[in-house]
Amino acid sequence: MKSNHFGLKTIMNNGFLEKYGIVFILFGFSLFLSFMSPAFLSVPNIMNVVRQVSIIGVIAIGVTFVIITRGIDLSSGSVVALVGVIIASLSQTRIVMSQPVSMMLHPVIAITIGLVVGLILGVINGVLTAYGRLPAFIATLGMMTIARGGALLYTAGRPVTYLHSVYTQIGTNSIIGIPIPIWIYMVIAVFSHILLSKSVFGRHVFAIGGNEQSSKLCGINVNKTLVFVYAYAGFLSAVAGVLLLSRTAAGNPSYGVGYELDAIASTVIGGTSLSGGLGSIPLCVVGALIIGVVNNGMDLLGINAYYQQIVKGLIIIIAVLIDMNKHAKE
Amino acid sequence: MGKTILRFDEISKSFPGVRALDQVSFSVQEGTVHALIGENGAGKSTLMKVLFGLYKADSGTLWYDDQESTIHNPSAALACGISMIPQEVNPVNNLSVSSNIFLGKEMLFGPKLVNQKLIDQEAVRYLEQVGLDINPRTLMKNLSIASSQLVAIATAISDNSRIIIMDEPTSALTEKESNHLLGIIKKLRQQGVTVIYISHKLDELMTIADTYTVLRDGQSVESGTIHDITKARIISLMVGREMDEFYKKKKSQIGDVILSVRDFSNEKDFKDISFDLRKGEILGFAGLIGAGRSELMEAIFGLRGTEHGILTMRGKQCAFKSPIDAIEAGIGFVTEDRKESGIFPDLSIMDNMIMPVLKPFSRGYLIQKLQALVVCGKQIQVLNIKTPSTLQRIKNLSGGNQQKVLLSRWLLTDPDVLILDEPTRGIDVGSKAEIHKLVSELAASGKAIILISSEMPEIISMSDRIIVMHEGRNSGVLTREQATQETIMHLATGEAVNGQENIK
Repeated sequence: MKSNHFGLKTIMNNGFLEKYGIVFILFGFSLFLSFMSPAFLSVPNIMNVVRQVSIIGVIAIGVTFVIITRGIDLSSGSVVALVGVIIASLSQTRIVMSQPVSMMLHPVIAITIGLVVGLILGVINGVLTAYGRLPAFIATLGMMTIARGGALLYTAGRPVTYLHSVYTQIGTNSIIGIPIPIWIYMVIAVFSHILLSKSVFGRHVFAIGGNEQSSKLCGINVNKTLVFVYAYAGFLSAVAGVLLLSRTAAGNPSYGVGYELDAIASTVIGGTSLSGGLGSIPLCVVGALIIGVVNNGMDLLGINAYYQQIVKGLIIIIAVLIDMNKHAKE
Repeated sequence: MGKTILRFDEISKSFPGVRALDQVSFSVQEGTVHALIGENGAGKSTLMKVLFGLYKADSGTLWYDDQESTIHNPSAALACGISMIPQEVNPVNNLSVSSNIFLGKEMLFGPKLVNQKLIDQEAVRYLEQVGLDINPRTLMKNLSIASSQLVAIATAISDNSRIIIMDEPTSALTEKESNHLLGIIKKLRQQGVTVIYISHKLDELMTIADTYTVLRDGQSVESGTIHDITKARIISLMVGREMDEFYKKKKSQIGDVILSVRDFSNEKDFKDISFDLRKGEILGFAGLIGAGRSELMEAIFGLRGTEHGILTMRGKQCAFKSPIDAIEAGIGFVTEDRKESGIFPDLSIMDNMIMPVLKPFSRGYLIQKLQALVVCGKQIQVLNIKTPSTLQRIKNLSGGNQQKVLLSRWLLTDPDVLILDEPTRGIDVGSKAEIHKLVSELAASGKAIILISSEMPEIISMSDRIIVMHEGRNSGVLTREQATQETIMHLATGEAVNGQENIK
């Protein structure tokens, strides 16, 4: 058989397509959609897609760290809701200075408290997993239910609405033409990429996922590292909670249901292996964008939203099949 | 004695880089206990896996009942009446004893639903035969190791086995349990069952076996009846091998004591171990698999707890709570199992090398990749690691090269004490010689080295002193001059426990 030296085969053999194939799929989808619907490639639409993606995308970045250590975090969606209602109700807390003067709790303080709550819940996940030796699935499944229950209890099941415009500005304003949620997403992605791929902490994360026993022997404090990983994931879920709050101008205890699964899906589509030790932040972003583009495209084409669920499921299955094939070959 | 039931005729089997079996020939008579004897890695288990259909021989014929055997998988072996009880029995722990005995044979009791009552009744019948008085509904996981062994034998009886292979069945049993097991084996023999018995315990073999075959380096060295041979002769047959393939340690200046261990014990793996390690010295640890050598090293390295014992390093008493402390104190540890506790398969050679020393290679928390690349590149050159790039994933390297990367890893921590647990197991001859040379040079440069090896020639030619362990205890210390394969084997098999003073 004659081999085609400059064709697809060469690219395949280099492992290039295997590693970055997901990027081509994103471009392929985008190209297809831009032919089908001229509206797709417009700047406002692209901005819209990325802004929609940013919430799940931020969670997925934290989840990527967790999955690289061979763990899982199912609590993200509930943390989003709990943090949302906490900040929303804090925003309506008035501090009485001297009658009748009272002032609003400063938004920075309210948001900081919300982020700290997310961080603490993450720490608890980490402690249960690392020191308590609980399977991450169980620890975070418990946290998922507890945080959701906490959110419902906190507001007696009702949404907290009429947020001050300071909060909604995060979701609606732009800096040099780019919406603030996208900025936040980008900054977190770049920071996390450097953290994961260039820092000592990042090497430890990969080491633990690749071989926990070897990690211990190399003098890595495995438990401490795991607590940091889950804490970071909890913190990023809280950030996602802030983004959702600012988009919807409300904190709602039933927000964020299923976000953890979308985040895991983005991570997995981005090539992070559920068996640990492998993964990257840029590809996790691409994974999240693929889900966003497909959803947006089907919206534009007027396809029934129920189909979107099915297509998303198919993408997840196909992505993991490709990933497993890759590993089987190695 | 009956007729010949089994005959191995020039059986050979190779794995990449190793000739595991080399024209093995011997025969076994029906209704006898045949001892298969040899050092670790002599090919006993491989041969039994060929018999059981787990491996296919490259050449040679296996005659079973005067017919050329066509056993190609374990279920065919079972159907032909051959059972194997591995060293570590592997039952379905969450099922009952009776279900385990009849696993896969449930249809014997009727075509449709599982008839648990009938199964239990039958199970009791077989359990009685092995002298085990337990409720057949007991879950497997609640049984002791000894009882699990007996259940495995009961299973073999229920399979109507004519040949039962037992691989070190008593290695984890107490003496009383062993005696019971040996009694059962004798009873089986009376009933005409043939037993192929693998064990390192020579006393046990002398009492139970009728005939024997000694394997060495994949070859069958000698077969005969057990009455015609002495333990001493068996040992010399097991180890009688040329030594010239091995690198000899160069003379080095032996300095002050750097590490001293006193009365190290934990619950089950090792007991009352004391020794001093000096600069420039290679201290060998010999013994059979399961003697507790690796566990002892893990305890020294802070990976495993101890019941009591004092560790002193450079004259200062230390208690390593984790490997972090041990590394800090200047100990390096190349573990026995590269895959389980050595490499990070998906990470690059560079990452694998610098993992314990990330901090010195980073500035402001970020890893200085360029600096690391230069240092690792140099290691690759010095240790002659064959790889296209420093950023190659380690899993793509050969075993020998992976081992060199792991050695580099610990050399980069610049340890004063380096523990090497089976550093050359399963790697090619070339890399082996290179590692021996390197280790010898390290000792010459003043590092203190602990070498665990189950390969006699390696440990003899490399060590200045050898501590031999037997069942968790120090059974003797040999100087370079005293150490021969025979003296080590005597101590390792516990033969010399009583006559220990003579050697000292």
